[in-house]
Amino acid sequence: MTAAVAKSVPAKSTAHSIVEASPRAKAVASGLVILYAVITILPLLWIVATAFKSQSDAIAYPPKVIFEPTLEGYVNLFTVRTRQTPDFIAKLPPPETWYDKLVRQRDMVIAGPSKVVPRFVNSLIIGFGSTFLAVFLGTLAAYAFSRFRIPLADDLLFFILSTRIMPPVAVAIPIYLMYRQLNLTDTRLGMILLYTAVNVSLAVWLLKGFIDEIPREYEEAALVDGYTRLQALRKVVLPQAVTGIAATAIFCLIFSWNEYAFAVLLTSGEAQTMPPFIPFIIGEGGQDWPAVAAATTLFVVPIVLFTVLLRKHLLRGITFGAVRK
Amino acid sequence: MAQIRIENLRKSFDQFTAVQGSNFTIDDGTFFAMLGPSGCGKTTTLRMIAGLELPTEGKILLDGEDVTFRRAAARDIAFVFQLFALYPHMNVADNIGFPLKCQGMRRREVRQQVQETARLLRIEHLLSSKTSKLSGGDRQRVALGRAMVRRPKAFLMDEPLGALDAEFRHLMCGELRDLHDRIGATTVYVTHDQLEAMSMADQIAVMNKGCIEQIGSPQEIYDRPASMFVADFIGSPPMNFLRFEGGLRSGDRAIAIHDARIAIPEIREDRASAPLALGIRPEHIRFTDAAPVRGAVFGAEYLGTTQIVTVDTAHGRVAARLPSSAPVRIGETVGLEFHSERLALFDVGSGLAIRTANEGGARHG
Repeated sequence: MTAAVAKSVPAKSTAHSIVEASPRAKAVASGLVILYAVITILPLLWIVATAFKSQSDAIAYPPKVIFEPTLEGYVNLFTVRTRQTPDFIAKLPPPETWYDKLVRQRDMVIAGPSKVVPRFVNSLIIGFGSTFLAVFLGTLAAYAFSRFRIPLADDLLFFILSTRIMPPVAVAIPIYLMYRQLNLTDTRLGMILLYTAVNVSLAVWLLKGFIDEIPREYEEAALVDGYTRLQALRKVVLPQAVTGIAATAIFCLIFSWNEYAFAVLLTSGEAQTMPPFIPFIIGEGGQDWPAVAAATTLFVVPIVLFTVLLRKHLLRGITFGAVRK
Repeated sequence: MAQIRIENLRKSFDQFTAVQGSNFTIDDGTFFAMLGPSGCGKTTTLRMIAGLELPTEGKILLDGEDVTFRRAAARDIAFVFQLFALYPHMNVADNIGFPLKCQGMRRREVRQQVQETARLLRIEHLLSSKTSKLSGGDRQRVALGRAMVRRPKAFLMDEPLGALDAEFRHLMCGELRDLHDRIGATTVYVTHDQLEAMSMADQIAVMNKGCIEQIGSPQEIYDRPASMFVADFIGSPPMNFLRFEGGLRSGDRAIAIHDARIAIPEIREDRASAPLALGIRPEHIRFTDAAPVRGAVFGAEYLGTTQIVTVDTAHGRVAARLPSSAPVRIGETVGLEFHSERLALFDVGSGLAIRTANEGGARHG
């Protein structure tokens, strides 16, 4: 083996190239990537699979890898059911839909829809609403910090960052009291404002980095050529900051989409989002694991879609500052 | 086309004064270069003329009209940036047509104007390409096209050739001057490269530390530098200075440096005894065995038709430009003879030139 490697070295001049990786290095690298992918994807796959298991399969020990798939988890997630006697069920007219049938097999009837749809809608509105606001405000602030001579700019920037240094939950109680006074508890507006406030610091810092990288000559050229400052920002700066804006939007969305602590504290009915809702999906005799898994699967979908849609920008965005053009 | 007048223009950023009280007039149709080392305030001056920076004090007049605080867009001036600043999300034609679009011109008219401008710059074949695919020289042509397309009153250029390779720079120098002659617009050109300024400009303003040291034609600036800074900044290698202590009287035709007597152009002003410097351009030195200033040859730099020979003298190191055929041996002792009509004298304290017959009556800037 070593002899073979030694022999092949002089023939191939790139063997010790600092640019081209050796075959062995490539193999090790791809092995590590695959291992990492398995470690991160496996739990996700397990959740997707659990959503299709029956109650007993979901909690079986040793865990079942092969099982008979059922849609019970999803049906349970979207409905509220009541248990009835077999006699009562026998007297009912024949089931109209496949899910009616599925529920009756367990001696239950559907009493109505569950709250998952409104919770999901809340999550969408609050998540995307706060992301939009944070990125919008962040872009304007970052542009100002990047381009204008602002007195105490460094101190202000540090102050903005410091709101992020402190864990948000540290101020949970003051915020709760404040929100109660302002009637913002359990409202979508309240949650959007809160998540915007937390995200805006991240947005300002990330976007400032991106906007700093855009040469100011572009806007200056536009200013000389007849645009106002705002037109120049919209037509010349923003198209070039798209990458940064997309990356920032994803980070903001991930935060507000997943946020749990404030959601538990500040929402209960009207404005409850998915994170506090999912753990409390209760079935007969405790947690309904297939329904929880079904909810989790659906919960992950929007963020995956959003990330996939913006992934081209994200890749360039995450390496921002690393490459000087 | 316009005349640009600057009155007492000053700009300071916090503690730092970038431009201190400039006064000058650029006549209509002049190719005016602002030359100086980086940080001397030339770019700041240009940006104030463009309206990208507001002056702390002073006035800017365009054709007699005060535009000091007018918005950049309302000044009808075009700016060419060092890094071209072509909009990367637009193609060449859109880039050139952008200023017209800003003014709300109809699309057909825009296309026609863009075509015409492209023809003038010989870049018609590039109109539909992406700007990122262009070479440096072509990018520069597109940037010029964008500046020219709306026929502005004046062109302001901030080191437009700074980002090009040496070879292209030379080519573009010629093109820029040619373009200026064809359009006849007033051009203000900022550069730190004396060759660019010397080869293109009608008038050069040499700046240092926010002050204008001298304004004049390239010949005036080279032959009759108003200060030691100008003499040192212009010319490659720069002017040699031989420092000495002494007084001067109007009508003097020679000075003594230690015990060497050197003939100089007739002095036109009186000076009390002070540290002075004799300025000699390298090409005004000849090797003569009998000359009173002597030194040992330190090194020789071969440049083709000429060579730069450095000589260690008792008064410092002196560079001489000699024909490359002249035989030079390192370490050899030689005598230096100066072309007496072309020498300059400076007051070391103030750095200013002392008036001599060589000045031909020219004033300091």
